[in-house]
Amino acid sequence: MALLELKSLSLQIAGKQLCNRLDLSIERNECWGLLGKNGVGKTTLLHTILGLQPAQEGEILIDGQNTSLLNRQELARTMGILFQQGIDELPATVMETVMLGRYPHLQTLIRDNPADREIAEEALDAFELGALSNREITTLSGGERQRLALATLLTQAPDLFLLDEPSNHLDVAFQIKLLKILTDKISSASASFLMASHDINLTARFCDKILLLIDGNNYLAGDSEEILNEENLSRAYDCPIKSISQDGIQLFYPQ
Amino acid sequence: MQMIGELFTANESLSNQILWDIRIPRSASAFITGALLAMSGVIMQVLLRNPLADPYILGISGGAAVGALSAILLGLGGLWLTNAAFAGALFSILLVFGIANKFGKWSVTRLLLTGVVVSAGWGAVINILLTTTSTNNVQSMLFWLMGDLSQSQVGNAHFLLLTAALLGGLFVSRSLNVLVRGELVASALGINVPSLRLLLYFSASILTATAVTVAGSVGFVGLVIPHALRLLGARDHRLLIPGSLLLGGSFLLLADTIARTVIAPQQLPVGVVTAVIGVPAFILILRRSMKD
Repeated sequence: MALLELKSLSLQIAGKQLCNRLDLSIERNECWGLLGKNGVGKTTLLHTILGLQPAQEGEILIDGQNTSLLNRQELARTMGILFQQGIDELPATVMETVMLGRYPHLQTLIRDNPADREIAEEALDAFELGALSNREITTLSGGERQRLALATLLTQAPDLFLLDEPSNHLDVAFQIKLLKILTDKISSASASFLMASHDINLTARFCDKILLLIDGNNYLAGDSEEILNEENLSRAYDCPIKSISQDGIQLFYPQ
Repeated sequence: MQMIGELFTANESLSNQILWDIRIPRSASAFITGALLAMSGVIMQVLLRNPLADPYILGISGGAAVGALSAILLGLGGLWLTNAAFAGALFSILLVFGIANKFGKWSVTRLLLTGVVVSAGWGAVINILLTTTSTNNVQSMLFWLMGDLSQSQVGNAHFLLLTAALLGGLFVSRSLNVLVRGELVASALGINVPSLRLLLYFSASILTATAVTVAGSVGFVGLVIPHALRLLGARDHRLLIPGSLLLGGSFLLLADTIARTVIAPQQLPVGVVTAVIGVPAFILILRRSMKD
């Protein structure tokens, strides 16, 4: 059974058609890249999958169950999202923030479960934030905040990671590291991710599947090698895109 | 010292009667009112995600004041006044909710705007009542408006409400920690935001309505106690909820003791004292936290 299934999903925002009869099936252990130009509906699609926005038409199934029949806590246990705009500037420490990720799984009413704290600490260490756990989040740099948001999502440990431009604010080394952490997590927990990104090359390198939104009515979905070519990308971005191959990696660049 | 002795002796002496019939009930009123207001303030600030939110921002005290002042105007006192204040508060809670709800989606901004406008409306009615009434009544009206504990009485119901608020508050404290991060984040982490907000609106409103009914519109406690605790480092609602109960209660108890002793035998309205000691205390805490 597919982890996530979208059946003839149509999205509209302020009267503008974003997706029209989109069908998509994400299995476990799959890394999906979500590409498309600005305003084509990548963020709206991620939010709709999580039920943060209503779909105009169509069905969303997670593990075969219609998401409209699940409550918010059940949804939060199976799906987690990294928001594009990051976390708020409210006074809180790194540890307090990362522990929020355990909220959907909480067993205890008031006291923190030591097991939950361990999961949170592991996630902080994975993003090299372990030493900052008592720091105020307002004193963090943009990159550190993005890593904190990612660590919080890792702490939530959903089956499906919905990522809205996770490489924002990250230097190249952390971009690669992030994708490695995620792909490891995907294979160890037989989870999956769907990552919206503007970085075609990072997506091409780490995603085996691609959903390419072209416009309100057209999209392409399938294996990376089939979807990612000069012709499809040029069409999607309204801009001529060329590619070169070096060291076994194919790189795309706008002309 | 004599009073401490009276606590443990049973006799019919005057000081014993003063202690049990006047001092202790009044202290209980002060503590419970302060605790209710501070907890309501914590909840309102989370609900509206606005640091300026206080228990009165949505017009509850205005509604209660119009009820109470009308009772004073009609020459009613005691239970009638209390009931009129509570009825006014309830009416205002439902009015604000009804208007905010009427136009479809219930958003925080709409709730806040509705509350502020309704509050301003009550303000106008209060001014009409104040300017058209006889001088005799004006003083008791002003005392009520500034917050005054000299007439107030609390009973088992108040104590039960406070206990229920503490337990309920602790029960949702983790959800509050998530909700302060914003609606989207809270939804994504598994909170049913509309129903939690509804619960928070009505519970904070009931706490406020009860406090206002007991003591009039005592200002400052509900706004500043939660902030003082946050500045002192208690940002987790598992600490903030019980902390605001204790600090809010103790603060109003202290303020009321000053209010009735500082120019004895005359009494000040306690709402004046809360501001006089609260403002410098708050500025001190603010300065300290900015140095860190």
